[in-house]
Formats: sequence, structure tokens, C-alpha cells
Amino acid sequence: MVELFLLLSKSPSHAIELLSEGGSYTIKLLSEMFAYVFLVRALAVGLLVSLCAALLGVSLVLKRYSMIGDGLSHVAFFALALATALHAAPLPVAVPVVVLAACLLLRLSERSKIKGDAAIALISTGALAVGVIIISKSTGMNTDVCNYLFGSILAMRVSDVILSVILSVMVLVLFVLFYNKIFAITFDEGFARASGVNTNGYNLLIAMLTALTIVLGMRMMGALLITGLIIFPALSSMRVCKRFGRVVVCSAVVSVLCFFLGVVASYVFSIPTGACVVAVNIVAFLVFSFAGVLKESLEL
Amino acid sequence: MERLMECHELSFAYEGVTVVSALDFAINQGDYLFVMGENGAGKTTLINGLLRLIEPWTGGVFMAQGFSRSDIGYLPQQTAAQKDFPAGALEIVLSGFLPTCGLRPFYNREEKKMAASALRRLGVHDLRNRCFRELSGGQQRRVLLARALCAARRMLILDEPTAGLDPMAAEGLYALLRELNDGGMAVVMVSHDLHGAARHASHILHLGGAEPFYGSLEEFRATETGGRLFLRVAGRGREEGDAIG
Repeated sequence: MVELFLLLSKSPSHAIELLSEGGSYTIKLLSEMFAYVFLVRALAVGLLVSLCAALLGVSLVLKRYSMIGDGLSHVAFFALALATALHAAPLPVAVPVVVLAACLLLRLSERSKIKGDAAIALISTGALAVGVIIISKSTGMNTDVCNYLFGSILAMRVSDVILSVILSVMVLVLFVLFYNKIFAITFDEGFARASGVNTNGYNLLIAMLTALTIVLGMRMMGALLITGLIIFPALSSMRVCKRFGRVVVCSAVVSVLCFFLGVVASYVFSIPTGACVVAVNIVAFLVFSFAGVLKESLEL
Repeated sequence: MERLMECHELSFAYEGVTVVSALDFAINQGDYLFVMGENGAGKTTLINGLLRLIEPWTGGVFMAQGFSRSDIGYLPQQTAAQKDFPAGALEIVLSGFLPTCGLRPFYNREEKKMAASALRRLGVHDLRNRCFRELSGGQQRRVLLARALCAARRMLILDEPTAGLDPMAAEGLYALLRELNDGGMAVVMVSHDLHGAARHASHILHLGGAEPFYGSLEEFRATETGGRLFLRVAGRGREEGDAIG
């Protein structure tokens, strides 16, 4: 895509020829992809979830809470294992368990004798271990486990689409209406609290929305890969952007684009979606890091 | 002088270990309280307590009627996360208006004007569109001070305001505080810069040692600890003067 735009700006006639060729291929590919209902569903959920993950991720990364996402995804793995063992639907079990874990992790990282990252590592490995035990004692280690760990694009249902629409509306409203407060809490929690902002409430809200994002996204992305959706876009945009607001917007755009490209690439090359999306995010991160270095040297 | 805040039998403890014990003092409008003490004497703990960020172990902080936490401007010590935070100086200063914003999602024009004038007052108005993490330590400090000024309606609480400032900038800061204080703003300051900070102080709160001390600057100088501390500073000042002379 980027090369195409570069070419377009340099030699328009040649580029248009290429574009029409490439364009017809792209259109054919996309129409082929969109013929699969499960892919459309997965794309809808994935795009919305990656938007939410990117927005929440900026706050989490800047507050040094990146590991919370990782911890929560492992807890979500445990919850899915539990749901499978109980023959229950995954969402009704996973949502309350992970939301509860989010509250617990937040509490732990704020005040406890075991400090933040260690507490999260403790919970995430613990949850993973219990999850594996539950699975091996119920259904046995089969492809389900592999799907939970590395994601499967087939897992999305209509209820996931509805839930992800609700979630993304909530996250967007939060970021538009409470942008200034989120900025203040992220930048200087002590000051925000001294100003009478209910920082605990906002932290809890962000942790709970993160929990929901993870539960929704992890069956597609995989428990081991979903954290990438949260931290990569924020880290990439922080290489280049120098304003909180721009970082937020840039992360959202990067995240959605990377997800889309990742799904297309996973379709074309038959690679698992989660790994593909994270790989595209890594490429974006490298590009942004390079752009950041370039930008700085130009400014100096 | 109108009373703003009173502390009775105020103690703070971390995990059962008392850090600050049994303080009794009050802050009135127009007071200039200098909180001093060795490292670990609990100065920052006390400030967090005054801001109600932590719960007291015993006793309490009582705010007078008509005075609330949102009347206080606060300059915290810098956190590690802020060092690489992507934010413009102006947007940081604007966040000082959070308490007055309430549920209003955006800052209004009046507040933007006041934020700009706070930056101007601290001599960092040219830097308003620069990224916070690219500023020097002293410039960052002044931006955060500008934010505290925006938030402060009746009281300023400053934790090490001159840390990282060069002597000229520190002088400017003291002059600014003096001006605000003359206008009725209560100032509570924790600082290691004994000489500079005590000059304009109306009251001293000395933590640590066997007995915490609270009283006027003159009373403190008359105590053994106070006399020793100020003598030492005065002595050092004279020696430096001699060396220059």
C-alpha cells in the first residue's frame, strides 16, 4: 500500500496502470473473502476490538500497566477452559471471571507486598496452569486448546459482533467525553486524585473495558497473542507522535489498519490470523521507529 | 485570617510503622508554611495526607467550611512515567483546571487564556507547544508549577518546587510565591533549600527528631534544633561571601 502511494506521487501514469492491475486483484481477493460469512463476522469483531484495544492500550502502556493485558488473557484462557468443561457458552463464563481478575490485578499492582509485575506474572501463570489442568481432565488436550492459545478465526458468532459493537461504543464515548480526565490520570495520577477526580473509578473502568476487549478478541487472536493488539499500536505511535491526543488517534488508525492487513495476509498465505496480525504490527512498529528516528534527525 | 485547614493528632503509618506522629497545626489564609525535616521524616507523606491521598493512622485533616480539595493547587514530585510521556506543555497546564471542570468534557476559552498566562508567569510560554519529554528538568518543573497555579484558588502545596531549577529560576519562583502569598494565597512548601524557602515563611513545621515543631519562624530559631540549623546555613552563607569578597 505504502509503496503504491509513493509510486503514485512519483510517476502517475505508470502507477495508475499498476494500480488498475493490482486494484482488480485486490477487489477480486476482497470480494472472495467477503463471500465467507464467518470472515465478515471475524473482520467486524476484529476491527472493533482492535480499535478498543488500541485506545485502552495507550493509557495502559503509559501507566506501565502493559502486563495487565497479558495477565488478563491468561485468566481468560482459564475461563474458557472452565466454560468448555462445564459445557457452557464461553462469554457468560469468561466475562465475569476476567472482569473480576481485572479488578484484582489493579488492586494488586496498587498496593501489595508483591509488587506489580511479579503479582501479574503470578496470577497469569497460575491461571494458565489451572486452565491446562481443567482441560486435560475434561476434554483432553485437543485442537480446542490450540485454538484458545493461538486463536481461530472461526470462533466468532453473531453475539460477539453485537457485544463488540456495544464495547466499542462505550470505549469511544469514554475517550471522547472523558479525554481530559484520562489524560490527567495517565500523566499524573496523584495530581488527578488531588484534584478530586475519581481515579480509582476510572482505573477500574479502563481495566474492565480492557477485560471485555480481551475476552472478545482472544478467541480470534489467541490468549498468547492478544496482548500484542493492546501494546503494539500505542508503542508504534509513540515513536512518532508527541501529543497524547495524536498518539491516541494514531494508535486507533494503526491498529485497525494492521488488523485488516493481517487478516488479508492470513487469508492469502493461510497463516493463523492472530500471529499474522501481530506480525503486521511488528512491521508497523519497525516502520514507525525508523520514521521517528528520521523525524528527530530532520528536526535537529 | 480565615482558617482553611486544621490537623489534630495527625499520624501516618505504613504497614504499622509510624512515619509522622501526633501533629497539631492549622493553615490560615495567607499563611506561608515551610515543612522541613530530614529525608524519611515523612514530609511527602504529610503532603499526601493533607491532600487526602492517604488515610491518616490517627487524628484527621479537617477542612473549613467553604474550603475543599479543589481549592488546592499541588506540585508533586516527578514520577518516572512522566519522563517519556507524549504531551504538550499547554495540555499539561490545562489539566490544572480539572477540579473546576466537573463533568464538562472540554476546557473553555477562559481556562485556555489563564493557562497561557500561568505559563507566561513562569517564563515558559514559548515552550507551550513543545513536547514535555523534550524539555529540560527545570523547564518541566516550571510547566508543572504552572499547572499547580491553574489549580490553586486558595492554597498551593508544593513538594520540592526548586528541585532541578537553577538559582536564578529558584529566585524567580520564590518571588512569585511571595507575590501570590501577599495576595492571600496560602502556601505550604516542602523543600531542602532551607535558606531560600525559610526567608518568606510565616510558619515552620519541623518533622523528625524527638518532638515535631510547629510555630513561627522566630520561635523556631529560638529552639535548639532551629538555632543550630539556621546558624549552620547562615555560617555557610558568610563563608561563601568571604570567599567571593
